[in-house]
Amino acid sequence: MVNNIALLTDVPILNVQLLLDGLLIGAIFALAAYGLALVWGVMNVKNLAQGDLVIMGGYIAWYLSELGVHPILGLPIAIVLMFAFGWVVYFLIIRYVIERDLFTSLLATFGLALVIQQLLNLAFGPEVQITESGFAIRSMFEGMVTMADIKFIALCLAAVLATIIVTFMKYSRMGQAIRATAQDPRAAKVMGIDTGRVYAFTFALNSAICGAAGVLISMIWIIQPFFGMSHSIRSFVIVTAAGLGNLPGVIIAGLGLGVAEQYAGFVLGAELQQFSVVALLVAVLVVRQIVQGRRRQAVQ
Amino acid sequence: MTKWLRNIPALAVAMAGAGIIGAAPADAKVEGDTIILGSAISFTGKYSTNGIHASNGYDLAVKRINEMGGVKVGGKSYKLKIKYYDDESTPLRTAQLGERLIKQDGIKFLLGPYSSATTTAMAPITEKYKIPMVEAEGAARSLFTKGYKYLFAVLSTSEQYLAPVIDVAAEIAKKAGKKPSSLRIAMVFENDPFSQDVRAGVIDAVKKHGMKIVLDDKMPRDLADISATLTKVRALKPDVLVASGHSKGAATAARQIKEMKIDVPMIAMTHCEAAKIIKKFGSSADGFLCPTQWGETLAYKGDTFGSAMDYDTLFKKTYSGYKNVPYQAAQASAAVMVWKDAFERANSFDTEKVRQALSETDMKTFYGSIKFSKAGNNIAKPMVLRQIQKGKFKIVAPLKWASAPVEHPRKVPGM
Repeated sequence: MVNNIALLTDVPILNVQLLLDGLLIGAIFALAAYGLALVWGVMNVKNLAQGDLVIMGGYIAWYLSELGVHPILGLPIAIVLMFAFGWVVYFLIIRYVIERDLFTSLLATFGLALVIQQLLNLAFGPEVQITESGFAIRSMFEGMVTMADIKFIALCLAAVLATIIVTFMKYSRMGQAIRATAQDPRAAKVMGIDTGRVYAFTFALNSAICGAAGVLISMIWIIQPFFGMSHSIRSFVIVTAAGLGNLPGVIIAGLGLGVAEQYAGFVLGAELQQFSVVALLVAVLVVRQIVQGRRRQAVQ
Repeated sequence: MTKWLRNIPALAVAMAGAGIIGAAPADAKVEGDTIILGSAISFTGKYSTNGIHASNGYDLAVKRINEMGGVKVGGKSYKLKIKYYDDESTPLRTAQLGERLIKQDGIKFLLGPYSSATTTAMAPITEKYKIPMVEAEGAARSLFTKGYKYLFAVLSTSEQYLAPVIDVAAEIAKKAGKKPSSLRIAMVFENDPFSQDVRAGVIDAVKKHGMKIVLDDKMPRDLADISATLTKVRALKPDVLVASGHSKGAATAARQIKEMKIDVPMIAMTHCEAAKIIKKFGSSADGFLCPTQWGETLAYKGDTFGSAMDYDTLFKKTYSGYKNVPYQAAQASAAVMVWKDAFERANSFDTEKVRQALSETDMKTFYGSIKFSKAGNNIAKPMVLRQIQKGKFKIVAPLKWASAPVEHPRKVPGM
């Protein structure tokens, strides 16, 4: 560990690589996490199948690329298909658990995660898959830093998608209805908002966002039917750290998590890279508890 | 309706009776002129691809042996047949099905499951009931350190997978007038029994040559990113980089080595074939060294299938959709051949006599020589090292089978 820190100070240019890799992948984490925040905030459903929806999006891109469709062109197709999938899942499963307690929604979405994993496994087999963007790879600083163009493009696409979603939430009728329902479902209902439709749309939108994140992941990392859980955990960490309905917070937490993972992998070794994600979650919860405790005391 | 209902208790008793008779370990291992082998193997779940390769290998050998007159025991010809169960790629299920095969179905001769993990779950069961098992797909070293007497494996154990790479690197250094001890090694291994065995083998070889390990990272099970590790590799500039973490490890390593233009003179990893890295990464996979249990271009020969190339041709003819014959299938076929040979030498179906015959196995097959150590692993067949050269696997070690010299140092494509 000391060696690795020494290496970072001896060759400071390595920091650039770690920061770049972390920020670029963190943007995709933030995208998926935003979807989770949406479902959590509006419907109070803690979706444990979040990561599996991401992987599903990746598989759509992979399947299309096998048919000769470039993954970037596969992105809108994946978004549409995953939106439809989310809508169906809402009517089959999610609508029965919205009003129930925490454990019902956790159990139901965990079951959904298992079903998605097994369906992907049956349909595409357990092999690891990738999609190839075919874009160039740039070297900088005499080859000490490299960046694949696709990572930068993925960042831009993630930003564009986030902007579209934010604009939609702010200005469209449906967006306003979603926000109203999140604030007070009963009042929204009294005002004539069809909350059932709002919920269905919200879950479908989340599913589409995950699908988009999955397409980007498949071009940068690798996908496999059973890889969803680690993406779910990342989303939960980000949303817990940022808080619900806090979009800037989600973006910052996402980028921060990406960078933290890279540094943990470098300094502590790859075996502790994912551990660092969970450790961060615990740290965030502890800090929040302390801060809130102080606040309570102040009020008393 | 009521009459029917009244009959239910009687029906239940009758069914239970039939169940007991069916479940009794009758002489089911040999029915008429058929010897029944049993196997719990992964037809579904994460190991299913390779599980199906292995079962195809088993089936092909059974078909071939039956066509060639079957197994001759006590002057009589017997046919082979396999009773399969799907273990869903979960070791717990493998163990349950092992019990079922032995206790309910009365199977006395087993073929192994697919993977080290499931074989590890199965071995204590076969040991408990003293039922011999010939396995072809569990390479973990730990299987052969527990003193199992009824476990026999035709494949090379996992610590031999990447150790030859270190020897090859040492040879190249010597030829270039450098001391092997001056070489610096970087390693990335998944934190699972198989990969850690591979690592142990590499460390032994590194110690033997007095080389220095400059990086020793472990990958967790579902990590899809080793870029931080590769950033270290770039700064440390080792002479050899070795990686092992099943298909996902190979795919992750190949993808990120390409994207980060990692320039190490020698790069070796396991599971190149399973991860299909030639197809997926094209020319950027050139120069990688990949160990394999078997290759169709090897000069191995035996009775049942002829040469390795003959096996390759027959397999492709029998099963459509295979461009290359996976070694998982070849070694599965070899396991069935070991059973035939042992039955004939034991000239009996007594499990103890057959076990004794198995332990004395010494045969030459299309898959290589097979001879078991006391621990049950095959000590007569070496691992083969192949290098990807211009998009094709070329054997580079051991030298007597080499079809091309090692390309060294590896050139980074596009640089």
